Amino acid sequence: MASEEQSSVAAGTEQPRSGKDEKVSHRKEATQGRAASLLIAPTFIVLSIVIVYPVVLAVIQSFQKDSGLDPKTGLFVAGGFAGLSNYKHWILQQCTAGGVTVSCPPGNLGAQFWSSIGTTFFFAVATVILETAIGFGMAVIMARTFRGRGLLRASVLVPWAIPTAVTAKLWVFIFAFEGIVNKIFGTSILWTGSANPARAGIIIADVWKTTPFMALLILAGLQIIPGDVYEAAKVDGVTAWQRFVHITLPLVKPALLVAVLFRTLDALRMYDLPQIMTGGANNTTTLSILVVQEIRSGKFNSAAALSTITFILIFLVALILVRALGINAVETTTVSGKGKAK
Amino acid sequence: MTTATATQDTQKAPHAKRRARSRQRWASARTYIFAGVIVVWCLLPAYWMVVTSFRDVGFTYDATPFFSHVTLDNYRAAFSTDTGNHLTRALINSLIVGVFTTVIALIFGIFTAYALARLNFRAKYLVLGFILAASMFPGVALVTPLFQLFTNLNWIGTYQALIIPYISFALPLTIYILVSFFREMPWELEESARIDGCTKSQAFRKIIMPLAAPGIFTTAILAFITSWNEFLIASQLSNSQTQTVTVAIASFTGSQPHQEPYTAIMAAATIVTIPLVIMVLVFQRQIVAGLTAGAVK
Repeated sequence: MASEEQSSVAAGTEQPRSGKDEKVSHRKEATQGRAASLLIAPTFIVLSIVIVYPVVLAVIQSFQKDSGLDPKTGLFVAGGFAGLSNYKHWILQQCTAGGVTVSCPPGNLGAQFWSSIGTTFFFAVATVILETAIGFGMAVIMARTFRGRGLLRASVLVPWAIPTAVTAKLWVFIFAFEGIVNKIFGTSILWTGSANPARAGIIIADVWKTTPFMALLILAGLQIIPGDVYEAAKVDGVTAWQRFVHITLPLVKPALLVAVLFRTLDALRMYDLPQIMTGGANNTTTLSILVVQEIRSGKFNSAAALSTITFILIFLVALILVRALGINAVETTTVSGKGKAK
Repeated sequence: MTTATATQDTQKAPHAKRRARSRQRWASARTYIFAGVIVVWCLLPAYWMVVTSFRDVGFTYDATPFFSHVTLDNYRAAFSTDTGNHLTRALINSLIVGVFTTVIALIFGIFTAYALARLNFRAKYLVLGFILAASMFPGVALVTPLFQLFTNLNWIGTYQALIIPYISFALPLTIYILVSFFREMPWELEESARIDGCTKSQAFRKIIMPLAAPGIFTTAILAFITSWNEFLIASQLSNSQTQTVTVAIASFTGSQPHQEPYTAIMAAATIVTIPLVIMVLVFQRQIVAGLTAGAVK
């Protein structure tokens, strides 16, 4: 690792030779450790308040009952331990009606759990595949040298810079019944009115907004491939397709996988676009939207259970992706500097 | 024999050269075609937003591809408070929240990134993992507990109810980028300043900070954009006084019920977007460097 090397070089004169010197270096590490913990403390405190505390609270709440009027006695009851009932509400679709546990009626938010899981994963898979494929294409074009490349790179940043809320409103307008898409293609599709067009619209909007980001990450990966590798392959008579498969792909793979990992985790918590474009109607309710709807109906404890489920789900997906793709996210994203030694 | 093949070769060579040149021309033409498609695809929706924002409301759905029925009424409507929209206030709110978030996240981020890039300590990977995990966290999981916490503190409708969560969203990004910038700094200069009698913090402030300024500036832009574009937390933890621009756009209402005032919305959207687009185009190079700083190498 770079910094270790650098600091040991810098401290070269006081390098440990004997046991006594080793103690000195230990002491040095201890003082650095103390300095580090002071420097990290503010970040740690903020993240603890905003992330750790809410998570712990949400997990506790998810095991508690909503306080309210007991339907049998008509008295106010103050919640209490609920066991797994909040989780059963979502996973097994169990509702409590008049003190009896029944399966949730179709209109209940609990009944939407599995369909919203399906929607969330559908959006995640569809957008990540499209964004990776199109982003790769964009990156390959952007990596070429030609006049007007500056214009290309600038225009690619425009969708990225536009706030998601604006993107949502813009695409709802583009997909409006009398809107430009229906006029250009001579169709009369009620885009936000039924499941498939609504989903397609949300995916197109997301692809428009996020592909540039993907393309830039892949481009950065492409640019660290030394040009002479291609030259050598060309001299050896390797075809363009072979060069792509055997040189470009393996070399760009680390950057690509990290980009895919981050995009997937981002897509699994998608909220802004479907919320503003359809309000979650017509099978576009993602898990995040469902949590907010449950909060709005005042059921904080079951909302906490659902958000815990969402968190665990995202965590599991992250774990599976990291294992399956062999990504070392911490290593690749932050620690590896230029002077990477190991 | 030998002369014959030689003449054949010289005859063949121009053909091959011409073929190679035409292939090259075709390749560069293809590059331009694809580049053109990308530019049009990226800019057309944004162009349509601007065109619509200048169009008379009676021609909202007009399909004329260039500016027509030009009027400034939509911009007046966007800023008007008659129909319950407060775009001006939302812009001020977003600016205040964005600036505070950026400044605080940068200060904390610089401390942490310095420690991660320069100091040796045992829990380094633990800290990195913690920060990475924080950045993957689903925002909805935070809404309820934060809402209840801020309600108890009587903070709903205050700026800090937005700024504090936003700092935590901006921090992981800030730290990644700064760590990767800090790693490439010429730290020997810090050492030599120390030898010349500077204290550690003096060396950092007087030698390292000026050199790190471009990286810090890039990080600031990205942190500000993150905060300006946030919607979920803002829609749940703000009230009409602290509403940010994204919430204002999402809930923009017209005078007619059940009828979306698209031209006015597009005007408001253009106003909200223009500062960002200008910023992004001016600092294009830095932003691309910052966005990709942590991701590769």
